Amino acid sequence: MRLSGLEPFNISEETLFVNVGERTNVTGSAKFKKLIKEEDYEAALEVARQQVEAGAQIIDVNMDEGLIDAEKVMVTFLNLMASEPDISRIPVMIDSSKWEVIEAGLKCLQGKGIVNSISLKEGEEKFIEQAKLVQRYGAAVIVMAFDEVGQADTKERKVEICTRAYNILTQQLDFPPEDIIFDPNIFAIATGIDEHNNYAVDFIEATREIKRTLPHAKVSGGVSNVSFSFRGNNPVREAIHSVFLYYAIQAGMDMGIVNAGQLAIYEDLPKELRDKVEAVVLNTSDSATEDLLAIAENYRGDGKKVDNTQDLEWRSWDVNKRLAHALVKGITEFIEEDTEEARLNADKPLHVIEGPLMDGMNIVGDLFGSGKMFLPQVVKSARVMKKAVAHLMPYIEEEKEEGDTNGRILMATVKGDVHDIGKNIVGVVLQCNNFEVVDLGVMVAAEQILKEAQANKCDIIGLSGLITPSLDEMVHVAKEMERQGINMPLMVGGATTSKVHTALKIEPNLKADQVVHVADASRAVGVAQNLLSEDNKAEFVVKLQDEYERIRVERAKHGKVHRTLEIGEARANKVDIDWSQHSPEKPQFLGLKNFDDYDLAKLVERVDWTPFFSAWELAGRYPRILDDEVVGEEAKKLFADGQAMLAQIIDENWLEARGVIGFFPANSVGDDIEVYADDSRAEVVHTLHHLRQQDKKKNTQPNYCLSDYIAPKDSGVADYIGGFAVTTGHKIEAKIAEFEADNDDYQSIMLKVLADRLAEAFAEHMHERVRKEFWAYETNETLTNEELIKEKYRGIRPAPGYPACPDHTEKATLWQMLEPEQNAGMTITESFAMLPTAAVSGWYFSHPESRYFPVTRIQQDQVIDYAERKGLDMLTVERWLASILGYDT
Amino acid sequence: MSVQQKLTALMSQRILILDGAMGTMIQRRKLEEEDYRGERFADWESPLKGMNDLLVLTQPDIIASIHKEYLAAGADIIETNNFNATASDLVRYGLQDYAYEINVAAAKLAKQCAQEFSTEDKPRFVAGVLGPNQKTASVSVDVNDPGARAITFDELVEDYSLATRGLIEGGADIILIETVFDTLNAKAAVFAVKTVFDEDGVELPIMISGTITDASGRTLTGQVTEAFYNSLRHAKPLTIGLNCALGPDDLRQYVAEMSRVSEMGTSAHPNAGLPNELGEYDLSPDDMADHIAEWADSGFLNIVGGCCGSSPEHIKAIADCVADKQPRTL
Repeated sequence: MRLSGLEPFNISEETLFVNVGERTNVTGSAKFKKLIKEEDYEAALEVARQQVEAGAQIIDVNMDEGLIDAEKVMVTFLNLMASEPDISRIPVMIDSSKWEVIEAGLKCLQGKGIVNSISLKEGEEKFIEQAKLVQRYGAAVIVMAFDEVGQADTKERKVEICTRAYNILTQQLDFPPEDIIFDPNIFAIATGIDEHNNYAVDFIEATREIKRTLPHAKVSGGVSNVSFSFRGNNPVREAIHSVFLYYAIQAGMDMGIVNAGQLAIYEDLPKELRDKVEAVVLNTSDSATEDLLAIAENYRGDGKKVDNTQDLEWRSWDVNKRLAHALVKGITEFIEEDTEEARLNADKPLHVIEGPLMDGMNIVGDLFGSGKMFLPQVVKSARVMKKAVAHLMPYIEEEKEEGDTNGRILMATVKGDVHDIGKNIVGVVLQCNNFEVVDLGVMVAAEQILKEAQANKCDIIGLSGLITPSLDEMVHVAKEMERQGINMPLMVGGATTSKVHTALKIEPNLKADQVVHVADASRAVGVAQNLLSEDNKAEFVVKLQDEYERIRVERAKHGKVHRTLEIGEARANKVDIDWSQHSPEKPQFLGLKNFDDYDLAKLVERVDWTPFFSAWELAGRYPRILDDEVVGEEAKKLFADGQAMLAQIIDENWLEARGVIGFFPANSVGDDIEVYADDSRAEVVHTLHHLRQQDKKKNTQPNYCLSDYIAPKDSGVADYIGGFAVTTGHKIEAKIAEFEADNDDYQSIMLKVLADRLAEAFAEHMHERVRKEFWAYETNETLTNEELIKEKYRGIRPAPGYPACPDHTEKATLWQMLEPEQNAGMTITESFAMLPTAAVSGWYFSHPESRYFPVTRIQQDQVIDYAERKGLDMLTVERWLASILGYDT
Repeated sequence: MSVQQKLTALMSQRILILDGAMGTMIQRRKLEEEDYRGERFADWESPLKGMNDLLVLTQPDIIASIHKEYLAAGADIIETNNFNATASDLVRYGLQDYAYEINVAAAKLAKQCAQEFSTEDKPRFVAGVLGPNQKTASVSVDVNDPGARAITFDELVEDYSLATRGLIEGGADIILIETVFDTLNAKAAVFAVKTVFDEDGVELPIMISGTITDASGRTLTGQVTEAFYNSLRHAKPLTIGLNCALGPDDLRQYVAEMSRVSEMGTSAHPNAGLPNELGEYDLSPDDMADHIAEWADSGFLNIVGGCCGSSPEHIKAIADCVADKQPRTL
């Protein structure tokens, strides 16, 4: 018989007994029934996954329950299973007594599955019709020993019905005999009713006869029925299953529906129990049932699931190997006892770190370096390492030992910036490679960084930052290092850093030692090793300097060829909107609206998961990434961990979401937007300053500026602008502190990444409510999440500091307008980073043509004009706009 | 003698030749919007450029000339030009009501060409194509709901039934379910074809050809070669094989696997290499023929042809190189 899920599964005469997983069956599992009734499909899929992991070779799915719409639920569940490659790799058995449910299920299976079941119960005509369809759908079939008279109980009846069905299928139809499986009915034994005593024997003997006389046909059965009378006493039930199968398989039974995780081994059964069970199964004594009952109580256990022994085999290895295994697999469960055992074996506690633990981490480092492990796994390994080290620390301190490390690295997020996910990841990766990390946290001033670096005798300084003003702060740190003559290498990294910026702006300011831009965490170790290697450093530095020099030369050449417009010309090519044709909708209210303790559950559906994976340095789009050949498996685990924590965040209120939005009368005046006190538009209370693209366009595109999307004052059209600031980061610190106290970087990073995702989701969700409800210019919008992620809706929500409005200082005006300190507990740093960190803020523009665009390479004439409009001096403005200036300062 | 018997007899003597790419050949003609529209669809409300299947109605001479080039190159079997001609696929162009007509016309056109070339010694056959359909029955279309589907099995069965009836009406000799990237779609096609055969009292040989999407060795929906075979074996096809997505070098291992497991004939029509940075396929006819000759020597093949990027020159080179090679034994 050739079956398939994503993988083939062929059953031949040589194939050993086939386990069909039975837990995804609402009639057999109260737990599964509850999950299905509550539509908790995620947990229901977990049941399926456990079956496969426990060794089920086929998975039986049954939804027959009075209060469940079995047809609908069967389709939903099978479709969901199809999206889980680790479940759908095995064939499915569609189990129902209703033909409609079976047929609906067959329409969902791409693989070759098994129908469970059809029978002659309603006569030959129906049987033939259904068998024909089964064949056309491409499935194998279980035929129950059931005919017009009833269900077969004796050997003779079982064989008679099966033979009749076999002949119809193979002679009247051309049904392939190898695709026929008979279920000759397993009934409960030891019920106290004498007629039931021979049921197991009847099944076993019928099986023997069917296999002998009906070529290629298979025999299956629902095994747990046989022990039904001992329900509540799992050890005895398992013993009965084990003995029953021992004899049924010898008679030729090919497969059975069993709890794949809970099969006792015949030889392992206590002899007393086995003997009594055998007498019951084989019906060898009239008193067999009573004899078994007499001893059954002695074997009653809690029926708790025994851990899969195969998985725990590594527990029998020697302690060093166990430590290495735990590190590579990221298992924290036994790490303290193993570390303790290793400590007792070692001369000094430090030797445990330098020996087995470092050996394990070296394996991790090698696997990561060669792309065989991915960041989430490494962070889990680091968690194991940290716990082991934490266990050893008191002993090490007692002996006042100092270990050998590859070097000591100071890590800090620079002044004005609060983002630390990337910095923490780099820290973890470095620690995994036996670097000691001195982490100063976030918003660290240059003076403090340099002081601590010297005090701690660090070998390298590592700086991190996410927002553009941090670039400038890094230049400042470099200049200070130069000025104070601190010769340590400097590593910089973070979302806005780049090789170009490092070459152009940092390296020329630092001669005392070398600066290196580190593109991602996986490169940090190599860079640090090179910088600290006596043999390699000189060569490494020369190469870097050449590379940075080349970038500077190219940049100098490149910068000149760029065609730009004078700001006047650019303004003449503004976005051409006919304001006589568009009357902007008035928002439902003017002024502010607060949202306190917003329901996080509402945000989950708006989460964009792709950046979740990129935060962990797994590249690829969700959901495709889950099936990615290289990172798919890790992506799936990471996703599961993320989902689990997300559920906890919501259920246990780990985070608090707050936000504020506001709408204001506004009109544009040139590239500025005036915000008025009220709709009389007499009093200007704020002026928003925007920048315009100055590139000479090759096509008919305009030179965009956000102000173009607000009606000009002289048009006489009443227009409006909105603003928002939302956060999901309140209360995060307590939970982070808890994880850090537990040396759990994995959970700590996970929580921060999820909080960031939720903040983005909150912004997206709020924008949707604004479009539909608060500004209400798009009341009929119905878009899928994918369309939302692709921003197919009307209107935009650009954020100060991002491409369309790159000046971070405009956030100060946004803060004056929305007062988020009072209204949402959100503050901004001197570099305009927001606190809590998981936050998003920006403007709302409603014009149908409004779109996102980048403003880069602006020219001096615009900057002079902009400085004047803002009432700031040129130097200050140029410092804030440094990353988008199209000329040298 | 039925077509099935004829083909089985021929397949026992030699490796049969399937034609090559249709799309590539149409591309070479550099047709414009008005060419696609022809007179009949001159006023159609949506753009039609690129809707190659429509050409059987608007530019039958062009399609016929391509068929004839392949026949002249030595193809025993030519494929109808209706890859996307199911109602649910055509709806993108608003052409859903023309599904049946396009299938009939595509088969008729190919049949006329085949008959022109057919001789007693070298009979020619028309394989009526059932394409994969752009919508798939086992992949989610909603990132938030892995259970969501763009099309159901029943809808596919309805579409494929109509197309099958059109192909039979137009005179197709074989039904070819090809470029299968979602096996559930193919199972719907098999269900439709078998039901039509049953209801209309006809029976044509079926060929099935799946697509291994990339180096993972799996179809788009995740099946390995043997799982794909197991899932469609119930169709009792004349041949089962693989086409598209990969060039012969990358496809070889999967053709070898299919040849190992299949209890029926084996077919293969690989791409002419992989697209280069300009999107062109640049495996030359001779280079492609070298690969195919080696496959034939390894005993993998009963029917062979070309997919994307292949041309009559490729088919000629392939036909020449396998002419005196033994087919895979059935």
